[in-house]
Amino acid sequence: MNIDWAALGSVFGVSLAVTVALVGLFTLGIVALSKRETATSGAATPATASSAGSAPMAARTGAYVCFALCAAAVAYGIYLIVA
Amino acid sequence: MEHITLLLGIVIVTALVFDFTNGFHDTANAMATTISTGALKPKTAVAMSAVLNLVGAFLSVEVAKTISGGIVNEDGLKTEVIFAALVGAILWNLLTWLVGLPSSSSHALFGGLIGAAVMSMGWSSINGGTVVTKILIPAIAAPLVAGIAATLATRLTYRIGRNTDTKATAKGYRTGQIASAGLVSLAHGTNDAQKTMGIITLALITGGVLNPGANPPMWVIVSAGVAIALGTYLGGWRIIRTMGKGLTDLAPQQGFAAQTSAATAILASSHIGFSLSTTQVCSGAVMGAGLGRKGGVVRWSTATRMFVAWGLTLPAAGLVGAGAEFLTKQGPWGVGATAALLVIGSAVIWTLSRRNAVDHTNVADDEIGAAPAAEPAGVVTTAMAAVTPPPTGSAVASADVDFVKATIASPTGTAADPARPATV
Repeated sequence: MNIDWAALGSVFGVSLAVTVALVGLFTLGIVALSKRETATSGAATPATASSAGSAPMAARTGAYVCFALCAAAVAYGIYLIVA
Repeated sequence: MEHITLLLGIVIVTALVFDFTNGFHDTANAMATTISTGALKPKTAVAMSAVLNLVGAFLSVEVAKTISGGIVNEDGLKTEVIFAALVGAILWNLLTWLVGLPSSSSHALFGGLIGAAVMSMGWSSINGGTVVTKILIPAIAAPLVAGIAATLATRLTYRIGRNTDTKATAKGYRTGQIASAGLVSLAHGTNDAQKTMGIITLALITGGVLNPGANPPMWVIVSAGVAIALGTYLGGWRIIRTMGKGLTDLAPQQGFAAQTSAATAILASSHIGFSLSTTQVCSGAVMGAGLGRKGGVVRWSTATRMFVAWGLTLPAAGLVGAGAEFLTKQGPWGVGATAALLVIGSAVIWTLSRRNAVDHTNVADDEIGAAPAAEPAGVVTTAMAAVTPPPTGSAVASADVDFVKATIASPTGTAADPARPATV
């Protein structure tokens, strides 16, 4: 009887790392997007309009980067299934 | 030769039936959390899962060369042994579906095969060590791996998102969850439809229709893919309910974390080569996500019943497989009798399921109407009421664990027993 502890260990490590990383990334993206929405609604008042102009833009870009990384992970998953 | 052709036909049909039960048994893995968090409507979810299963069946060209991957010595495996194994696996799948417990379809198949092979060729045909390394260790590891990953991911996502409005983020989480669920469905179609293709191809080779080492003909690939997709679309609503509602209550964040951890663990395990059961990974992920939320609860009574069912899968399917093989060994009439018992057993289980139906209309409800009280409570009804996953929130006595053993053992035993097929 030959238990492949190394394989089991790597399955455990990879699953843990990838899951936490992906969920973290995706959550960051969602949070950034929802901040943008609150920021845009806040920017409707004239006083804050000029100062809040760049922050939503950065948040939106950050969110899209996060989602793009997650999409890449899904694409790699599909590649693993097909290969 | 006519007899062999008939037997071969029966085996192919039975393999497709197994594929079908596999599909509706495992819909829950991909779609239970998606349905219970409301990311997709029940019918939409199973339709999406069915399509992805069908696509998955055509994606990979590498068909399983063995049924059991070395657990059973498959040299000179007779067609009737494959048939007996399938009977054991199908009946166990239907029974666990009836009581709404997620359990591994592959393990049911292995169990049936072990039982049938022992009855046919003796204990020497089983590699005991492989049983431990391929079934027992993964069964313990799978829920732990996915569960711990899901717990940590749930904690993290709640922590990062603690200052945001839950309504604003719920839509995003649901989208992410659908993507993860899609990956699980696709992986399921690739793996499990191929298992059936492997069985049919093996039977065709054993029956002399195909040359050894031949690839499965197109009709085998198409029928296996269609069978698993139909089964998935039919939806094992009882199991979906247990996984999505019975084990714990899931918020969108948790559903997303659970499904992502399940998809990752399944892909990592099949890629690295320490294969874990999809069902056990998904159940573990759901429980982990339940534990990860502050104040989240896992209903351990339901979880314990599920663990008991996992432990019973191998011996129970094995017993039915052995009984079926004992019958088929008697000659053509035995094969016919086994087939008849399979049909009767399935019909009985289906009839019992009608008494307390769970379908797409009530799968995500908090309560399901209690079984009609006017009906005289037979042994099976009483025991069934005891093992059916409790309505969310109600406490269940720990004595239920004993009930599950009693119920699960008795109908399978009866179905395998030719003397009293109608007493279930």
